Amino acid sequence: MIPASYFLILSIVLFVMGAIAFFVKRDLITMFMAVEVMLNAANLAFIALARSAGSIDGQVIVFFIITVAAAEAAVGLAIILLIFRQKKTIKTEDINLMKG
Amino acid sequence: MGYFLFFLLAALCVGSVLGMIISKNQAYNALFLIVAFASMGGLFGLLEAPFIAVVQIIIYAGAIMVLFIFVIMMINVRKGFPPERKKWTLYLSLGLAVVLVIELAVALKGAFTLPISTEKLEAGPVSLGRLLFTKYLYPFEITSILIIAALVGAIVLVKRKERE
Repeated sequence: MIPASYFLILSIVLFVMGAIAFFVKRDLITMFMAVEVMLNAANLAFIALARSAGSIDGQVIVFFIITVAAAEAAVGLAIILLIFRQKKTIKTEDINLMKG
Repeated sequence: MGYFLFFLLAALCVGSVLGMIISKNQAYNALFLIVAFASMGGLFGLLEAPFIAVVQIIIYAGAIMVLFIFVIMMINVRKGFPPERKKWTLYLSLGLAVVLVIELAVALKGAFTLPISTEKLEAGPVSLGRLLFTKYLYPFEITSILIIAALVGAIVLVKRKERE
């Protein structure tokens, strides 16, 4: 049986890589994908801890996280599409409407 | 065997996320992410969560990424984005990442040495569904309201006005 710490370390690595991708990338869609990576890292931690605690409550929580991620993806991509229609770009540097 | 599978899937997952960071083409990014999510499903299977593993592959690698690819096709940015001009954001994000690693490691330090429960997990659809409809009934219903709201919101946002 693989110890839970392996999975937790992998989860930390994935979360941090998602955060780096969010900061480094410059188009909205890839930044959104980075958010999904971070959500998945959290899912992995939930399931690893559920396994080591011997209960399946953590797996039910992961269900809810996946559902919320799906809803978030639908609304977020709709917003990205709206931004593209108005600005004709999805580069974050060109979207500076609120800059003084 | 378990360790071999774990390291294979972990390398696949981390490697494809790394590819997503390096690659500049959005369509390639989406394909990398599908590989990452599918191998994550395999990791869930290793953790005795077969149903969640299947849900992960069907919903994440299937539905959500198809949504992403649809939007990428609609937006259709031909040329990739040149690398970051401002170097300081890269260094700043790397510094923040180091801080985040330390913080998460400290937060999870107690969990690293948790004893593994030896009992077999009953994680099939039957036990999950029973838990979902008894203990987690209210969160389940609230989630359905959330999905309706997201669906209506997405349609209203993207729909064009008729007079245009």
